[in-house]
Amino acid sequence: MWDNLQLLFVWAPIINVQVILDGIFVGAVFALSAYGLALVWGVMNIKNLAQGDFVIMGGYMALALHQLHVPLVLILLIVMPLMFMFGWVIYVLMIRRIIDQDMFVSLLATFGLSLLLQQVMNLIFGPEVQTIDMELPVYDAFDNMVTVPSSKLITLGLAAVIATGVIIFMKRSRAGQAIRATAQDPRAARVLGIDIDRVYAFTFAFNAALCGAAGVLVSIIWVIQPFYGITYSVRSFAIVTAAGLGNLPAVIGAGFGIGLFEKYTGAILGTAYEVAAPVSILLLVLIWRQIQMRRNRQVVR
Amino acid sequence: MFMKHGIVAGVALAVSLATPAMAKVEGDTIILGSSISLTGKYATNGLHTQRGYDYAVKVINEAGGVKVGGKSYKLDVKYYDDESTPARGAQLAERLIQQDGVEYMLGPYSSGMTKAIAPVSEKFGVPMVEAEGASRSLFTQGYKYLFAVLSTSEQYLATAIDFAAEKSSNPGDVRIALAFEGDPFSMDVRAGVMDKINEYGMKVVIDDQLPADLSDMSTTLTKVKALKPDALIISGHSKGAATAARQIDEMKVNVPMIALTHCEAAKVQEKFPKTANGFLCPTQWVETLSKSDPMFGSAADWNTGFKADNPTYTSVPYQSAQASAAVYVFKEAFEAANSFDKDAVRDAISKVEMETFYGDIKFSENGNNIAKPMFMRQIDGSGQYKLVEKAGDMVFPRNVAY
Repeated sequence: MWDNLQLLFVWAPIINVQVILDGIFVGAVFALSAYGLALVWGVMNIKNLAQGDFVIMGGYMALALHQLHVPLVLILLIVMPLMFMFGWVIYVLMIRRIIDQDMFVSLLATFGLSLLLQQVMNLIFGPEVQTIDMELPVYDAFDNMVTVPSSKLITLGLAAVIATGVIIFMKRSRAGQAIRATAQDPRAARVLGIDIDRVYAFTFAFNAALCGAAGVLVSIIWVIQPFYGITYSVRSFAIVTAAGLGNLPAVIGAGFGIGLFEKYTGAILGTAYEVAAPVSILLLVLIWRQIQMRRNRQVVR
Repeated sequence: MFMKHGIVAGVALAVSLATPAMAKVEGDTIILGSSISLTGKYATNGLHTQRGYDYAVKVINEAGGVKVGGKSYKLDVKYYDDESTPARGAQLAERLIQQDGVEYMLGPYSSGMTKAIAPVSEKFGVPMVEAEGASRSLFTQGYKYLFAVLSTSEQYLATAIDFAAEKSSNPGDVRIALAFEGDPFSMDVRAGVMDKINEYGMKVVIDDQLPADLSDMSTTLTKVKALKPDALIISGHSKGAATAARQIDEMKVNVPMIALTHCEAAKVQEKFPKTANGFLCPTQWVETLSKSDPMFGSAADWNTGFKADNPTYTSVPYQSAQASAAVYVFKEAFEAANSFDKDAVRDAISKVEMETFYGDIKFSENGNNIAKPMFMRQIDGSGQYKLVEKAGDMVFPRNVAY
């Protein structure tokens, strides 16, 4: 660890640039799937444990399309609607029935969905690790100490476009307003003529589409495997817990924060601890919240 | 009184069981016993193993069999199907020894099955030569009757360290970067690499553990680029190989030597042909190996002969080759001992020192083969695996234009 600290800050400080860049790329993808989770959590109080599996599912769809030589932008435009439809179907079949149940039912049901998706993907695509190699150029700087693959740049750009689209959609469109209204007060929203069931279905489907988009990006810049979903679920939960529900800029900020924290943990303690980093943040945030809320807590006698 | 009779009867029974009527040598045939997986999850590899045993038995018998005390004996193997379950394997081993009177055993398939059977053969003092259990933990139990012809898992990448030492004028200056997953197999591999590194007094500049669900090792590779080690050693099953190949390319990592396990399984030569150029990948045996023996000829001869007998194979798995080698060890041991006494045979096996088509065989005190290195193959520019028998055969430094 001491060696790694020296390496980072004394011997070769230039690699900080690489670590920070990697953190940003990672964070952008995390933020996408985390925002979907925040929406579903905030609007319908469902904690979706299958979040990461939706991401991987999007990745496999992208892989299948890539093998048919579909260009990248078109892949996104196909995967997002497909995942949207898939989300809607899951809502109708499953989520609708557990919305009014308590928290454990939603956790159990989505955990079951997660297992099911993993096994189905394993059956269809096999357990091998796969990736989409776009064979795009890689830029390097500082005597090859910092490399930036153009696939990661494109990914960052796409993530930014999608996030901007989501912000505008939530602020300006009628559907976005309906979602926000339902999140604030479902009963009032219903009184004012909003079809709550449709809003829920739309929100869940929208989340699936966002995850699908994240999955496309993941399959381009890293590798996917049927059982890798859990790491994305964990990171999404950590980000949402840190950022709070329904606040996209905060989610994006927390996404970048966790991405950077993860990469620095990896650089200093070793790659094995990268996945542990967001979990430790989750823990710290929960402890901090607990202390904060102590002030407001009153004892009822 | 009753107690006393009971004990006497028990002892009599035990004695009668321990020295069965049927002998291990019937007429002019020596019976070897094996519990092998012909059904269940190991069935495919169990079959590869059985065919390897059978082919060796056939060749040895055709060449005049085993000569003991001036007389020629034929070999024969008695098989039971262990259904790929360790408990069944242990039962069958006991049955082979106690009921069928087998006094020489050939191993089952896989480390797990061998672990289940070894205590049984050990208990009865029956020598077992196995060909399919690579786990290092098999050879730390102090077993006296267990011998393995294959290289154990800690040898998978140790050869790479030898090569790195040979390529350097002063091995003490060689700087190594390690990236290993935390699972038992990779830790075994790492232990072997570390032993070699300490032996040469090399420096480990990076020693990162990789997570189980590994999809990104860019931080490790960033450090590799900054520290510029002489060799990068990676083990993390197929996912480790795939992730490494992908990111080494993307980050333009330029290390003179890169060695990793599971290249074939991850198909790195197909998926990342440009980066995989120059990767060193271990394997137990290759048919192009330049080793030979008077019985089977060269590695290529064995390969041709085996294929002629088993025409369903287009490419022969190394599991069959090492199975044949195990039978060959017994032939040599019988002739060296010039006796059928199982302890004499055991001692003869422990002294075996031979060159075979499968590689050299010589057992350590713990029973593992220490003469055969793990073979290294290097992926060339056209995605072909080329055997690297000595450091000079290796393309060094790796020649990749990113």
